[in-house]
Amino acid sequence: MSLTLEGVSKVVGGETHIHPVTLTLSRGTMNVLLGPTLSGKTSLMRLMAGLDQPATGRVLWEGRDVTGQRVQDRGVAMVYQQFINYPSMTVYENIASPLRIAGLPRAEVEARVAKAAALMKLTPMLGRKPLELSGGQQQRCALARALVKNAGLVLLDEPLANLDYKLREELRAEIPAIFEESGAIFVYATTEPHEALLLGGNTACLWEGRVTQFGPTAEVYRRPADAITARVFSDPPMNFLRIEKRGPRLGFGEGQGVEARGALAGLPDGRYLAGFRPNHLGIEPGGGHLMEFGARIAITEITGSESYVHLDHAGQRWVALVHGVRELPVGSEQAVYLDPAHVYVFGEDDRLVAAASYAQAA
Amino acid sequence: MARITLSGLAHSYLPRPKVPQDYALKRIDHEWEDGAAYALLGPSGCGKTTLLNIISGLLRPSEGRILFGATDVTDMATAERNIAQVFQFPVVYDTMTVYENLAFPLRNRGLKGPAADARVREIARMIGMEDRLDQKARGLTADAKQKISLGRGMVREDVNAILFDEPLTVIDPHMKWELRTQLKALHRQFGHTMIYVTHDQTEALTFADKVVVMTEGEVVQIGTPAELFERPAHTFVGYFIGSPGMNLLPATVEGSRARLEGGEVALTRAYPALSGQVEIGVRPEFVRLGSEGLPVEIRRVEDVGRHKIVRAALAGRALDIVAPEGAAIPAEPRVRFEPGAVNVYADGWLVEGTPREREAA
Amino acid sequence: MSEKPVNHRAWFMVLPVVALVAFSAVLPLMTVVNYSVQDTFGNNQFFWAGTDWFEQILSDPRIHNAFLRQILFSGIVLIIQVPLGVYIALHMPKKGVWASVCLILMALPLLIPWNVVGTIWQIFGRVDIGLLGKTLASLGIDYNYTQNPIDAWVTIIVMDVWHWTSLVALLAYAGLRSIPDAYYQAAKIDQASRWAVFRYIELPKMKGVLLIAILLRFMDSFMIYTEPFVVTGGGPGNSTTLLSIDLVKMAIGQFDLGPAAAFSIVYFLIILLLSWVFYTVMTAEDAKEAKQ
Repeated sequence: MSLTLEGVSKVVGGETHIHPVTLTLSRGTMNVLLGPTLSGKTSLMRLMAGLDQPATGRVLWEGRDVTGQRVQDRGVAMVYQQFINYPSMTVYENIASPLRIAGLPRAEVEARVAKAAALMKLTPMLGRKPLELSGGQQQRCALARALVKNAGLVLLDEPLANLDYKLREELRAEIPAIFEESGAIFVYATTEPHEALLLGGNTACLWEGRVTQFGPTAEVYRRPADAITARVFSDPPMNFLRIEKRGPRLGFGEGQGVEARGALAGLPDGRYLAGFRPNHLGIEPGGGHLMEFGARIAITEITGSESYVHLDHAGQRWVALVHGVRELPVGSEQAVYLDPAHVYVFGEDDRLVAAASYAQAA
Repeated sequence: MARITLSGLAHSYLPRPKVPQDYALKRIDHEWEDGAAYALLGPSGCGKTTLLNIISGLLRPSEGRILFGATDVTDMATAERNIAQVFQFPVVYDTMTVYENLAFPLRNRGLKGPAADARVREIARMIGMEDRLDQKARGLTADAKQKISLGRGMVREDVNAILFDEPLTVIDPHMKWELRTQLKALHRQFGHTMIYVTHDQTEALTFADKVVVMTEGEVVQIGTPAELFERPAHTFVGYFIGSPGMNLLPATVEGSRARLEGGEVALTRAYPALSGQVEIGVRPEFVRLGSEGLPVEIRRVEDVGRHKIVRAALAGRALDIVAPEGAAIPAEPRVRFEPGAVNVYADGWLVEGTPREREAA
Repeated sequence: MSEKPVNHRAWFMVLPVVALVAFSAVLPLMTVVNYSVQDTFGNNQFFWAGTDWFEQILSDPRIHNAFLRQILFSGIVLIIQVPLGVYIALHMPKKGVWASVCLILMALPLLIPWNVVGTIWQIFGRVDIGLLGKTLASLGIDYNYTQNPIDAWVTIIVMDVWHWTSLVALLAYAGLRSIPDAYYQAAKIDQASRWAVFRYIELPKMKGVLLIAILLRFMDSFMIYTEPFVVTGGGPGNSTTLLSIDLVKMAIGQFDLGPAAAFSIVYFLIILLLSWVFYTVMTAEDAKEAKQ
């Protein structure tokens, strides 16, 4: 089973919502669409489902062209951010509804509903109406209805966005386990990098209607193809610094620099963009070849075990994520430390030219 | 600005509440210090919105009093309480410009002229909208509208308190960082008393000086982020704060040793004989994976980028471990708990114990 | 907004309706067009008249007067009904049993057939047996809609207000109900006056439905026939002879089929034009504001 988009794009009223995209999703995979609001996640899902027709390109299902086919004739299930259930039906009837429409025999409907309900921990609530359930249970009901169809393609559009933090955590842990069993192609849209990492599988990064990168989630995180992907796939946002290569040396400003090695050695001289994640920016000098930068504390935030230190460095806002509780005086000068092994280097066109060395090793 | 006192406050939506379950908000006595930033944290239905509505005057408590400074405001209407509030969804006046929106609370109180104008411009600068002051509000994005809501909440200098009702719900993750730090900077600069309601622990912990954790209408702990993290007063706090939450393992505690199903753990405090259901709680961040200690079985490893979450089992009970980025998973995994990071709970509540000298060995 | 999937089969669903409308509207309309350009002296004999009838109609002072009366009537009706409907909507209970009671009471006048409305007011206002007419007479007020043009006007306007204000009120009420509570709470906290709440929260949110209400009321009032015809029959004199009454007089009373057909077409075009102007002006205003 596979779903292939071949140069698929979408144009509405002269405005390009999705730039031509080519990607293949294969059977039994979890595919995350990661991007901010209005980056095109929902548009792309609608194209995959067949709810919208692409302006260009083809949609292939198991190698067969299904571009013009109606959504009803494709095996698609969809779950939305809002908890969409039939309010006048019981949970049982809700979950059974797609099976009844398909005209399945009663015994099979019962068996499949019972199985989906058990997976979603809804068995005790089968006789209740959706509005008598908590938000988490309502969304479980919608998820069960999507699962029970045995659809080949299951689209989840920010399904956990309207749930409490802790409920989100629980459901998020359950979803990968459930999909492993079903063998369908899962597509999951989210705005949160953290969620993409927890779900694993593959990730497609979206930015202004473009898929900037598609690949295994950990790889996209560790080797972002360009600065935009790196920015989208980093929470808190990635820190950036303009650097310059001259001869064998990579200048980081303030008279500091490192020898350009590996992929960097062959680069032409010029200006580059360095990116590094907040957890790799320290506020204490450590061993090794650390570079030191002057910065000014803008604000600190404490999460209990860690602190986010927001800093201003030469007009740029940086964030350092450090262990322990740090109340640092706002406005004071603070030296920050960076290991060049954690730096991504992007070219003038924002394309990655060298990944952080720890990422290459991983 | 004012200190806010909750005195014997409780609320039930039923006319004649009898049992504790009838209360949406159980009895609370508390003082909110002047100029501090508080967060009300809990799952939906825990009573945090009820409490917020009582403070803002949208709801009259069925029992107890509420005071702003020395003034009893229990029976005062919202408008008389001199507060500001920012809602979950952006509330802007569509037909007004950004400037008019920000100036609206001032104008309604008859504040005009250069002082008011300067204030509006200062707020606009702080929320990063100074170049869009003449734009109509209705065409703006949700992010921008919520910034205006924040700005309108902040524009009056003399408010008793500013209330936030899950203000970042509709905001994208990256914008959340920006707005949250802006909010914190605004708090530092103007020193308003702020009360922030949320179900998101990160928002609560990063925003507040003190976090009030609520569940089932009850306040279970009020503390600094570090206190909530290191010494949760209740197993609910341990579970709700932290991602993943605190590991809880049934144990029998004798003096300064805890006996688990998988082995024994040394404690840094001594405990009296405990009754009821006794558990030890240890945060995943304080569990060390290595080749020493109690044997565990690893079920799944989640790579979340800057660290790994190892889902393991200790004698069949779930145990989450946070391992550093790039850490190797040993072939015969064993765990040790960081000394001092193990808390003891009896029937869900923290048992203090008495600190003791570290053993010589 | 996301667009719907394209599905050409949907057109087949619409076909029966198209056929029905063609039969019921287009065919009679063509008959009217046919009449408007020909003259007949009976015996089914027709003569080409070109644009004669149109020229005659457009220069007829009698029709000019009817047109002015019509504009006046629609104008007054809108000026009273729209603010009054909004006022009622603002003061209706927001929830509970009384909200339902109010909604039912408000809907009642809308359910009464037009000629019955006319008859009710015809009797209600009569000086000899009508409750209103008799009461006014006993109070010493000289009121007689069959003789005094002002009284006749007041009667048909009050009748129309009674009949149709509910529609405006219900639409405005629906608009008001869609405003989230947070807006009212925010306004309280901002210490906004009642007027400011109306001006900056309620009115902007009601704008869409009010636009529809104004359009509907304008078109309806411009085409009104039954009620004033039943009450005043266009009198006294020609004082309440509105366009449609004049048209019927011409077509059926005098049997001037050619001019009446031309009149019908002009009438139709006027309504179309005015509705279009109303709509474009109001939506353009909207779009302009959204752009700023």
